[in-house]
Amino acid sequence: MPMPFFAPGDDPGANFPDLLKRIGLDATMTPGGRTDVGAALGIPHATTCVALRYDGGVVMAGDRRATSGNIISHRTMEKVVQADRHSGVAIAGSAGPAMEMVKMFQLQLEHYEKVEGSALSLDGKANQLSAMVRGNLPAAMQGMVVVPIFAGYDLLRSSGRLWDFDATGGRYEEKDFVATGSGSLHAGTVIKVGYQPDLDRSAAIDLAARSLWEAADADSATGGPDLRRGVFPVVASIDVDGWARVDDDELATRYRAIIDGLSDGPDSDSSQSGVAS
Amino acid sequence: MPFYVAPEQMMKDRADYARKGIARGRALVAMRYTDGIVMVAENASETLRKVSEIYDRIGFAGVGKYNEFDQLRVAGIRSADLKGFQYSRDDVDARSLANSYAQMLGNIFTHETKPMEVEILVAEVGHSGATDQMFHVLYDGTVVDERDCAAIGGDAESIRTRLDEQWSDGFDLATAIRTSVAVIAGDDRQISASDLEVAKLSRGDHRRCFHRLAPAEIAEFVDLTE
Repeated sequence: MPMPFFAPGDDPGANFPDLLKRIGLDATMTPGGRTDVGAALGIPHATTCVALRYDGGVVMAGDRRATSGNIISHRTMEKVVQADRHSGVAIAGSAGPAMEMVKMFQLQLEHYEKVEGSALSLDGKANQLSAMVRGNLPAAMQGMVVVPIFAGYDLLRSSGRLWDFDATGGRYEEKDFVATGSGSLHAGTVIKVGYQPDLDRSAAIDLAARSLWEAADADSATGGPDLRRGVFPVVASIDVDGWARVDDDELATRYRAIIDGLSDGPDSDSSQSGVAS
Repeated sequence: MPFYVAPEQMMKDRADYARKGIARGRALVAMRYTDGIVMVAENASETLRKVSEIYDRIGFAGVGKYNEFDQLRVAGIRSADLKGFQYSRDDVDARSLANSYAQMLGNIFTHETKPMEVEILVAEVGHSGATDQMFHVLYDGTVVDERDCAAIGGDAESIRTRLDEQWSDGFDLATAIRTSVAVIAGDDRQISASDLEVAKLSRGDHRRCFHRLAPAEIAEFVDLTE
């Protein structure tokens, strides 16, 4: 492969997707026809993810289950991923295009940072992701919708910030929290009820873990903590020092506390159904 | 009517032209130390950089004409990112990148009106010291495989002599930086921390090995020598 060299007026700059197009490697996948390809092919879907702000950063969390119709296709999928040092992205929707989009997004952020010598602003990153979601619109029309959450720590404003998106690339900054995916109604309600502006990191992690627990309890497409296989949701915080994933041992302890708290309550029978044991 | 110029003469003229351009700039030294590779450049500007990141384990350093080696830097980043995207991150290596650079520089040297007035260094930190790699690519596309240390830029020959005398295996980062500064400066002058650009490729389990040292960190290392 020859080195990509461009005339000054024709240079794609720090734009990696544009570079791919110039090289003839555009990866946008748009099958023909207008049928619901997503349903017809049984493409796995990823579900519930949440993000919330706390005093000094943001916490992101997502369950690990991917489903194809009524079948659980993956139990260990990671839907919350680090985008770069100070941001992360969580995805709900068709797993294949979503993962490809995340990969491209990570690459674009790194590519920009290397070519320009400095990282994009957090607004700039959200804007980039917006363009990628919009680019997926033809596929979304055929049932392969990708709706991410983007969250990160804004070094210019010294605070955590978060955004959600719609299938057309619409970008909406949320003040306190956001939930996406099939269990988002339940997860979002739990956070809404428990949210306080002065939460610290630990309380925010607990609230995110609890919200996924309740989503898994009520939504069949959302997976709960799987104690037997040792699979826990992905939970991570982003603050001024960057991305930090909460390890599984710590999550096991936190979920144990949630379960212990529930088994004393009036709803102790149904509360156990979230655990695959 | 065009005059006949012997090919030998033409190549010599071009090489002289490129060498003159490179000799005007300040020098840069790269060396292996226990935990990776450190690159030290004499550079008064804090924003126009000579040393930069190409990929996870690969760094780039250029001397000579800024706009020309910056063009090469960006082409290298593109080439590496494309390769990593098409195949895997593990398939991106310094050797093939250095070869691409050599092809391009060689081509420009023979076919364009003017050769590039640059010399570049492509360094890759291995998972162990034995697999560290450094390639020095010249203005005409010549590639030199440097084992332990390299000096490029103005006055590179005398710097190289001092470097060969002073470098030894098993330097820690502080010693490597101090030695680099000393060999660039020579015996009769001092370089202040504000005129230095330092970056390292450090071995470790993190993905991106390239780290640029902040001015305060550089000052800490250099002050120790005084």
